[in-house]
Amino acid sequence: MALDRWIALVILLVFLAYGYAAWFTMDASLPPILQRNPIWPSSFPKVLSIAGALVSLAVIFNLEKSKLDAETREINYRRLHDYRVGQAVLLLAFMIAYALLLRPLGFLISTFLFLTLSSFVLGERRLVITMIVAAVAAGIVWYLVEQVLGIFLRPLPTFL
Amino acid sequence: MLEGLYIGVSSAFSLTNIMMVVGGCLIGTFIGMLPGLGPMSIIAIMIPVAITIGDPSSALILLAGVYYGAIFGGSTSSILINAPGIASTVATSFDGYPLARQGKAGKALTIAAIASFTGGTVGAILLMIFAPALASVALIFHSAEYFALMVLGLSAIAAFAGTGNVAKAVMMTILGLVIATVGEGALFNAPRFTMGIMDLQSGIGFITLAMAMFALPEALYLVMDPNRSKTGDGGSGKITNLRITRQEAKEITPVIGRQSIQGFLIGVLPGAGATIASFLGYAVERNLAKKEDQEKFGKGSVKGLAAPEAANNAAGTGSFVPLLTLGIPGSGTTAILLGALIALNVSPGPRLMIDEPQIFWAVIISMYIGNVVLLILNLPLIPYIAKILAVPRNYLIPFIIFFTMMGAYIGQNNATELLILTGLGVIATILRLADYPLAPLLIGFILGPMLENNFARSMQLYDGIGFIVERPMTLGLLAIAVLLIFLPSYRARRARLRAEGVADSD
Repeated sequence: MALDRWIALVILLVFLAYGYAAWFTMDASLPPILQRNPIWPSSFPKVLSIAGALVSLAVIFNLEKSKLDAETREINYRRLHDYRVGQAVLLLAFMIAYALLLRPLGFLISTFLFLTLSSFVLGERRLVITMIVAAVAAGIVWYLVEQVLGIFLRPLPTFL
Repeated sequence: MLEGLYIGVSSAFSLTNIMMVVGGCLIGTFIGMLPGLGPMSIIAIMIPVAITIGDPSSALILLAGVYYGAIFGGSTSSILINAPGIASTVATSFDGYPLARQGKAGKALTIAAIASFTGGTVGAILLMIFAPALASVALIFHSAEYFALMVLGLSAIAAFAGTGNVAKAVMMTILGLVIATVGEGALFNAPRFTMGIMDLQSGIGFITLAMAMFALPEALYLVMDPNRSKTGDGGSGKITNLRITRQEAKEITPVIGRQSIQGFLIGVLPGAGATIASFLGYAVERNLAKKEDQEKFGKGSVKGLAAPEAANNAAGTGSFVPLLTLGIPGSGTTAILLGALIALNVSPGPRLMIDEPQIFWAVIISMYIGNVVLLILNLPLIPYIAKILAVPRNYLIPFIIFFTMMGAYIGQNNATELLILTGLGVIATILRLADYPLAPLLIGFILGPMLENNFARSMQLYDGIGFIVERPMTLGLLAIAVLLIFLPSYRARRARLRAEGVADSD
C-alpha cells in the first residue's frame, strides 16, 4: 500500500476518534438549558467527522486514481535514502533544542548557537564567517523585535 | 466610487502608507527571488510585523506590497537562473530563461516588468469596478447563503487547487476544519477537543499553522534535495541592454491586453489563482499565435514571456475580489491575508466597504502605487538586486527556519508554540511527500470558525437543518459545490471505463 493511503488510514483514525468524542462524550456535559437549542457545540463536529471519515475511506480504497506518478514528484519518498534526510532530522532536533533553550539561555545565545550549528550541519566550514554572520543577525533581529516591534525577548540567560 | 477614490487616495498617500508599499515591495522582491520561499511563506513571516503596526489599512497595504513584490521577484529568478522562486512564475521561465541565455536578459526583464505592471494595473482597475458591485449583491446574503457560499468556496479550492486528486484535497480541507474546532470557540463558552492540554485551550495559532504548512516543509525540502536551491546552471552574468524594439512592443501589446483581463477573471475564481492563470495564459497565447511565432515559444519568444507575466499579476489582483467583498479567500495567499485581517479585528465581507471604506480603497490605491514602485525598482536596480541570488544555501536555510520560528514565537510569546510548530511541520512535510495539498488545509482552518458560526446562526433561525431546502439560493450554491466535488471523479471514471472497454475488445 502506498504512503498516501497509509496516511489516509491514520487520518481516518483521527476522524473516528474525533467523531467518537463529538457523538458520544461531548453532549454529556451540556447544560439542560442548552439542550433545547437546535445547535449544540457538537453539531458541527458531528457533520465533519462523518464527512471526513467518508472521504478518508475514498482515498484508502483508491476510488479516484491518482494522476501523479512517482517520477514527476518533487521528492520521491520511495528513494528517500538518496536525499539528505539526516541533515533535515538534525535541523528539526535543533529546532526542538532552540524551543527548550530559548528561555533559560536567552535569545542572543540560543539564536547564535542555532544559526552557527545549522550552517555547520549543512556543510559550511568557514566557521569564523558563520559565527560573525550569526552574531550580527541575532543582534539585529533582537533589536528589531524588542525596540522596533516592542515585543519583549529575554536577551540574556536567566542567571545573568 | 469617486468619493471612495478620494478616501483611498488621501489614506494611501500618507507618508506611513507609502513607506509600507515601498518597504513591502522591496522585501517581497528580495525574498521572492530566493529559491523556495513563496508568497505564502513570506506573508506568513511578515504577519507579526503587520500586526504590531496596528492600523489595519497600513498592515494590509504592507502585506499586499509584499505579495506583489514576491510575484515580481519570482519572475526575476525565473528569467535569470531558471529557478522560479514560486509556482506562478514557472511559466515565465519557459521563454524568459532562453532569452537570458541568448544574452537578452535585460530585454527579458524589461518585458516582464512591463507585462507585470500592465497586468497589475489593469487588475486594479477591474477590481475597483467589480468589487463594489459584487459587495452590493452580497449584502442581501443571509447567514444561510454565507454558509453555502463558504462550502462552495472550499469545494472549488479542493476541486481546482489540488495536485489533481480531489478526494485528498477534500480530506485536507476537512482536516483543517477539524483543527479549527480545537480550543475555545467564540460560539460556545466551553473549550472543545483540548484533551485536557492547557496549551490547546486557545486553539492552534494560525501563523504557526501557516508556517508549519508552507515555510517549514519548503525549508526541509531544500535541505533534503540540494539540487532544489542550485543557484543557476551558468546563468547570464551580465544584464546590459534593457531596451526593447518597436517591433517587439507591437507584438506584445495585444498579448498583454488579453492576458491582463483573462488573468484577472481567473484570479477571481476561488481555487484558481496566479499559477493556473499563468499556465493558461501561456497556452492560450501559443494557440493564438501565428505559425512561425508558435515555433519560437519555449525558445525565447517575447510573447511567451509577456503572457504569463501579465496573467499572474492580474490574477494576483483578482484574487482580492472575493477576499474584500465576501470575506472568502480564494487562494492560500489571500487566506493568510484574511487571517491577518481577523487578527487585526477587521471582519472582511460585504460590509467592509460600508463600515471601513478607507481600508478597501487604500488597498486599491496602494496597488497602483505598488505597481509603479515595482516598475521603478525592477528596471534600473535589477542588476544589483539580482546579486542576492548568490546567497549560499548553507546560510539561507538556517535563516528561513529561524524566521519561521520567530514568526510563530512572536505571535504568542510562548516557547511551546515552537514545539507545536516543529511537530506540525514534520506532519506537513510527510503529507507533502505523499502528495497531499496543504493549502486547502490552511484555508479550511481559517474559514472554519466563520463556517460554523453561519451554520449555527442558520440552524437557530430555522430551528434545524431546514434552511438548506427552504432557501433556494442556499440550495443552489450547495448543489454547485457537490457538483464540483463529484464531477471530476465521475468524468475520470467514465473515461477510464471507456478506455478499459476499448482494451477489452482488442
